[in-house]
Amino acid sequence: MAEAHGSTAVSATGTTGGTATTSRLLEVENLSSAYGPVRALDGVSLSAEAGKITAVLGANGAGKTTLLRTISGLVRPVSGRVVLDGEDITKASVESMVGRGMAHVPEGRGVIAELTVDENLRVGALFRGKVGKDEFDRVYDLFPRIAERKNNAAHTLSGGERQMLVIGRALLAKPRVLLLDEPSLGLAPRIVAQIFGLLRQLVDAEGLSVLLVEQNARSALSVADVGVVLNLGRVVVTDSARTLMGDEDLRHAYLGF
Amino acid sequence: MSDLQSPASAAGKATDEAPTESTAGANAPSATAKAGRSFLPQSTLPRHLLVLALSAVFAVVLLEVSSPYQNSQIATLSYYAIAAGGLTVLTGMNGQISLGHGALMAAGAYTTALFLDADEPLPLPLILLASVVVATAVGALVGVAAARLHGPYLAGATLALAVGLPGLAIYFHDIFGGEQGMRVRAPQAPDAFESFIETVSGNAASSTKWLAYVGVICLLITYFFLANLVRSRIGRTWRAVRDQEVAAELAGINLGAWRVLAFVVSAAAAGLAGGVLAIVVRLAAPSGFTLVLSLALLTAIVIGGLGSLLGALLGSALLVFLPPFVTNLGADFGLNGTEAAQLAPFVYGVVLIVAMIFAPAGFVGTIRLRRMTAKAKRASAAQAKAAGSNGG
Repeated sequence: MAEAHGSTAVSATGTTGGTATTSRLLEVENLSSAYGPVRALDGVSLSAEAGKITAVLGANGAGKTTLLRTISGLVRPVSGRVVLDGEDITKASVESMVGRGMAHVPEGRGVIAELTVDENLRVGALFRGKVGKDEFDRVYDLFPRIAERKNNAAHTLSGGERQMLVIGRALLAKPRVLLLDEPSLGLAPRIVAQIFGLLRQLVDAEGLSVLLVEQNARSALSVADVGVVLNLGRVVVTDSARTLMGDEDLRHAYLGF
Repeated sequence: MSDLQSPASAAGKATDEAPTESTAGANAPSATAKAGRSFLPQSTLPRHLLVLALSAVFAVVLLEVSSPYQNSQIATLSYYAIAAGGLTVLTGMNGQISLGHGALMAAGAYTTALFLDADEPLPLPLILLASVVVATAVGALVGVAAARLHGPYLAGATLALAVGLPGLAIYFHDIFGGEQGMRVRAPQAPDAFESFIETVSGNAASSTKWLAYVGVICLLITYFFLANLVRSRIGRTWRAVRDQEVAAELAGINLGAWRVLAFVVSAAAAGLAGGVLAIVVRLAAPSGFTLVLSLALLTAIVIGGLGSLLGALLGSALLVFLPPFVTNLGADFGLNGTEAAQLAPFVYGVVLIVAMIFAPAGFVGTIRLRRMTAKAKRASAAQAKAAGSNGG
């Protein structure tokens, strides 16, 4: 089955991206990671293009989170390479990633509880030095919900507001590639739809490249351009989101809907 | 920290159900609370300058109405509070524990003692500055090691510092006076000080009074700096490193460098505290910088409320004023001298236990928590009222 899907993947990328080689902002080549003797990623290859949302799907333990953590250096790979815009970043330090144009919103929404919403956003722009007020306003325009609560401590925010805050914080780093880990976790479907809708707008307007890790495959595929299905640390299939949505066998087997 | 957050986040959840109205409701009381405190300027630096000026006036009044004995107690309080303020920045703001601050104080105290021992001593501010520099250097060394360690391992490493550093004074006894320590010459008060006291209160400008003033001035300057630091970009980054290590790292923050910086700032405060201690106690000896001192500082900041400068001050005040108070009380109840003196540590222990039970977030932390809960209650009450009037 994987073989068959592999061949359709080639044709799919061929039709969607004529300038595929130049727009591949992030490339993951044959990446393997392990936690002690447990192999979490086993030769994963994928790419994320500018102006596209690439969804990484799969069940618990498929290696989705490990993939993002390995890309941003929180986990060091056993083998393989991560290439950002032609530069090998496999061994680069975690804190240098935002400076290279890649922001990672980790699982569990790392809001800094004691700081206000505004101060949390400032942490995101910290490494850039002075950042104009207009950039903060832009984030507040995107997420009016958190703009209302600008001066409230972050621990008073709801789950959805926290998710908006951490995405906003990542955007203040002005990334070209955004890694998002399970933004839908624990949120009401309406809020998830809202966040994904905003994400789509951003990607279309600014040519951002998003690598979206999701367990909620249905929502993720509805917003993504490309889907990558992981199972037990391996890529099962890479294809256009629409094709994956239409493949009933695959959905039943790996995506649970 | 987590118990600090739980009621507030519960309140956040409660207001979630009706998105727009409830957020407005939650914001309203905070706006009134701000209006209630509006006699203080909103922006940080002018507000801190005003508080500094008011505290200075209060300190002068306090020092002039109190007895010479109380003056010396205030001098003692000032060096404890300076060190505790530095420690609360490290432990409360950046989440690093240190059992070695007594040793950093020793570095400052011995520096002051050595400089004052010279035939033509430098001006006192320069000597205290030298103490800060020496302690900062030691702190930077420890900080580099500390940046790689966490929790109990960091406690262990700093414990080694607390035990080991005073030992150097014994090993190099020709310079540092060994077990007996170094007598510290009392610095002379400038003539301006005498005329100042003369005009303010007409009291005698004694040496004790001068030392108390030196202590209080150092305390005010330190707290002013620390308060501004905590409210600045630097303080925000420290809290990000403390609460969300991974998120901070992903935001481009070099965790190690910021941890070292916190240790360095904290060590600088400890160095100044050591310098003040040396001139107040007039002695720098290894027995003054045992592990007990480090633990007392840690106790003070925890009981006062971690991460709060006011908490550090209150905790230090308890440390300084409670034992003599209890001893006097014991003597009044007819205990003899030894028995009354033994009562103090007992009562201190009881106070610690009671505080842990009834104020687990420390004095300041618990009051803040109460205020936050009350605010949330008011908000939900206002909301219920609004909902009721809408429905009817």
